[in-house]
Amino acid sequence: MTISITRRFTTSLLFGLAALSATFLVGCSSVKLDDVDGSSSNGNFSSQPWNDPKSPLFEKSVYFGFDEYTVQTKYQNMLSAHAGYLKAHPQQKIIIQGNTDDRGTAEYNLALGQRRSDAVRKALALMGVPDAQMEAVSFGKEKPKAEGDTESAWAENRRADIVYISN
Amino acid sequence: MLQFVKKWISLLSIAILSLGVSASAFAQMNIEITGVGQSLYPIAVMRFQDENKLPTSVTEIIRQDLLRSGYFKNTENGNATENPSGTPNYKSWAARGADALVLGSVVQTGPTQFEIHYKLFDIRKSQALGGLDINSSADNLRAAAHKIADDIVYKLLGERGIFSTRLSYVIKDGKRYRLVISDADGQNIRNALNSADPIISPSWSPDGKKVAYVSFEDRKPVIYVHELATGKRIMLSNQKGNNSAPAWTPDGKQLAISLSKDGNTQIYGINSDGTGLHRLSRGYTIDTEPQYSPDGRYIYFTSDRGGSPQIYRMSAEGEQVEGAKRISYKQGFVTSPRISPDGKYLAYIANIGGAYRLYIVNLATGDSQALTDGTSDESPSFAANGRYIIYSTKVNGKRVLAAVSVDGNSKQVLTIPGSDVRQPSWGPFMD
Repeated sequence: MTISITRRFTTSLLFGLAALSATFLVGCSSVKLDDVDGSSSNGNFSSQPWNDPKSPLFEKSVYFGFDEYTVQTKYQNMLSAHAGYLKAHPQQKIIIQGNTDDRGTAEYNLALGQRRSDAVRKALALMGVPDAQMEAVSFGKEKPKAEGDTESAWAENRRADIVYISN
Repeated sequence: MLQFVKKWISLLSIAILSLGVSASAFAQMNIEITGVGQSLYPIAVMRFQDENKLPTSVTEIIRQDLLRSGYFKNTENGNATENPSGTPNYKSWAARGADALVLGSVVQTGPTQFEIHYKLFDIRKSQALGGLDINSSADNLRAAAHKIADDIVYKLLGERGIFSTRLSYVIKDGKRYRLVISDADGQNIRNALNSADPIISPSWSPDGKKVAYVSFEDRKPVIYVHELATGKRIMLSNQKGNNSAPAWTPDGKQLAISLSKDGNTQIYGINSDGTGLHRLSRGYTIDTEPQYSPDGRYIYFTSDRGGSPQIYRMSAEGEQVEGAKRISYKQGFVTSPRISPDGKYLAYIANIGGAYRLYIVNLATGDSQALTDGTSDESPSFAANGRYIIYSTKVNGKRVLAAVSVDGNSKQVLTIPGSDVRQPSWGPFMD
């Protein structure tokens, strides 16, 4: 008696897990976030303008000085290209991911990275992009693009990336 | 669709990744003592009689606990045993240089069940100080040994020991992150959460039953509250933007958290079930790392409202009740305030010429001192008795844990070979 109940339970549990993984896999292929490096699972590298090296949207990173979160004027053209695209595509959403170098404490760096992503968000908002299309978040120092305790690694990590969310 | 998938992913990760704090982890923490206190109390801990019946040596755990406390030196390190039932020869022990004596024995009462008996003697006063008789299963022997070490500290020094408290920290192996719970000595590591994304800022509830933390598993910082006994967790806060820096009120009913939903990072209050969100700080730049004073009246926090990050204090009811007051003045770049359990000391991390170093300041006198010569210190956390601070630092490019007594004398480094160890948080007393 006990055994048969256990068996039935195990079977339904396995079935449930299989269904879950199927859902999970389907979900992964139909809804994904584009990575900053432009990798695309369907192999069509330039299917979206932000993945096309010839597009003005290909540049998606803004760099900052130590403990700074002011967007330098040299990024105006790049940001206005993104603003233009976003205004023309009101369904398109982006996440702006702020990062910091490895020095200092985790939570302050998280807030600092957020000031960087928020500075980019504000610049785009001033260019007319609605807030509903944008979310500014931060990885702080937790996801460094460049490893190592060198000035060049630190400079590479003081950065905000615009990440387009594929619909 | 996205919401639906997120929900399934979230359910899956809870089902698969966080099965309570049960899965045993194989990592072994190495402890290197790099500094010892002065005027150490000489104590003889004799090997417990019939201890060879145990899978774990309680004598060694007690000796290690006392050694790492920075208050004791062991005068007996060998295998000699002595019958704990009689009265010790006080004169003979005094001649051997011991001011206190620990005797113990083990009785096996079942296949995996033991009685641990221990007695403590003050050699100088020729006085028996009582002892403990502990029933312990084989897998609970470390806890029994820690309990005995705590009893020794309490009876000889008059203060509560922290050997039975626990730590939470994050182990990074390659690209995997594990939030773990361990004994106060970093051993007996149990997984609470295993993730492909960073986990930071674990924070113990005052009753020691839950840990709040920040996980990046949803590609942004989100705060969870994790119940250790069951492995169940709730999403405490997932507002637009960042959710981070959870800190419990002393009564455990609410938390202060940092959110960027209104643009810049600001401090909010929230009930421990995720309801009742309300804003507390009113800055225009960064306000983060809230910490309640032990009496619950104030929140200490980091703010760069004056240009560089410094420590401020506001009413626990919010900045509008009583304007925020700047606390730190001596260094140009100060973050990570932590208040001692008695409310008298503030630990923090200061940037001195590019070196991030652990400091402590006496809040009444303003006297401050560096506790380390580190360059990458972070995440300080006081022991429940206020005597030690555990923090994270870098050794040879790898993150390790380190503990220091608040007088700066006693120091140890805790490492797991091949792994990064970071984000420590020291748990409360458990009774």
